[in-house]
Amino acid sequence: MSKVYDVAIIGGGPGGLTAALYASRGKLDTVVIEKGQVGGQAATTEEIENWPGTEHTTGPQLTDNMKKHAEKFGTEFVRDDVQGLDANGFVKTIKGRNSEYKAKSVIIATGAEPRILGIPGEREFRGRGVSYCATCDADFFEELDVVVLGNGDAAIEEAMFLAKFAETVTIIVIHEEGKVDATPVVADKAFKHEKLRWVWNSTISEIGGDGIVEWVDIKNINTNEVNRMDTNGVFVFVGTVPRTKVFADVINVDDYGYAIVDPQTMESNVDGVFVVGDCRQKYLRQVVTAAGDGATAAVLAEKYIHEEEGFIEDVVDVETPVIVAFWSPASEASMAAMPKIEAAVKELGEAVKLVKIDMYRNKRISTRFEIVEVPTVTVFNKGEVVEKMVGETITTEALVNKVKELN
Amino acid sequence: MLSLDRNNFDAEVLEAQGWVLVDYWSPKCEPCKELKPHVEQLGEKYGDDMKFCELDITKARRVAIGQKVMGLPVVAFYHNGEKKAELTGDITPEAVEEKINELLG
Repeated sequence: MSKVYDVAIIGGGPGGLTAALYASRGKLDTVVIEKGQVGGQAATTEEIENWPGTEHTTGPQLTDNMKKHAEKFGTEFVRDDVQGLDANGFVKTIKGRNSEYKAKSVIIATGAEPRILGIPGEREFRGRGVSYCATCDADFFEELDVVVLGNGDAAIEEAMFLAKFAETVTIIVIHEEGKVDATPVVADKAFKHEKLRWVWNSTISEIGGDGIVEWVDIKNINTNEVNRMDTNGVFVFVGTVPRTKVFADVINVDDYGYAIVDPQTMESNVDGVFVVGDCRQKYLRQVVTAAGDGATAAVLAEKYIHEEEGFIEDVVDVETPVIVAFWSPASEASMAAMPKIEAAVKELGEAVKLVKIDMYRNKRISTRFEIVEVPTVTVFNKGEVVEKMVGETITTEALVNKVKELN
Repeated sequence: MLSLDRNNFDAEVLEAQGWVLVDYWSPKCEPCKELKPHVEQLGEKYGDDMKFCELDITKARRVAIGQKVMGLPVVAFYHNGEKKAELTGDITPEAVEEKINELLG
């Protein structure tokens, strides 16, 4: 049988790398499965000036440090492209293009990729002047003219980056003059930038040229007027789409493909499967929020493994019948039931084991066995539930009789 | 893989006989660095029928633009010096292998 990791992390961007750091530092056997270079989208960002404690760094530098940091605590890195996930049971199987990986918990950190606009010429001229990655392609446009479509933080920051190379950078904004979606600190810097030109109330309706990009048609959305403008490159930054396709039949995703998780714990609807970073539903997609998600998921993954292994050891893999008492210290009824349960266990002696589970602290196992109120007692025999008693029906006599019947 | 630059591009690609693959990349392009090792592997498999080359565009920008390459990654296929096919955008290793098989027939 192949190795079983404690935590398998799919994707090596800031979310995955932080989860790896926390998990491996917590002595969990951790692997990061990354299809290419680590770093994710951050690695394609040249300037990073909002990572706390570091006034300025580059995406590749920051993420490379994160990788080394995780490696220092023992994280293993493998290169593979994940094609599917079987999350049934405690040990889950990740299917990669090269190999299969088994892990007790899985953290999906696959991030997002640039959205494609879908206008005529966009596909045809990809690699011929249409680009979604300024760091990749800026070198081509030294002393040439480019347009940038979009007005969020990514669009405006990348436009300023391109201005270091290109002769002119024209930003095409769909909003009225002076309005952009970028945060004010980014926008103010851009408005003062001498090399940037602005076209308002507009979008691009077509990209054309002879083999390489030579022009774009700019359409004014108020007047529908179209003007052709000569350019050598078109950079499109109109948002991102999550990379969750291969998991969409396993975990819950929304209409856009973003994973739906508990925002406090990063837990998906599948036990032991967590989703962090840009590929989940969230308000702010930044390196720092992805890192926060990763830390949370790693800690919750450890809790999950601990609870599940405890349950298997104390309840499932036990020879004798096991009385599992779901209770809560805040419930008077469950406090009242406890002496009756203890009395039954005392009378039965070696013939039974007792496990108490605080229903509100271990919701997952409570939910799995459909426990809806405390006190509830379930009797397990050879790993299976053979009896369930709720509230007043729990008596010493009933428990003793049930267990004796099993022996 | 054979490394190309502005000095040997013409001789190794445009004046070469048979099939030549050129992987256009840059050290600043993360998707290119993802793809490159896979192309190298394919070079070991198909190297007898096709010459595998790579061009770092930061060292030969004008050569790339001359080939109408203005964005990365691009994998281009030449036959007897003429460009016959080109892959752009999100290039998977499978797509490259498929194209090789298609071209080699």
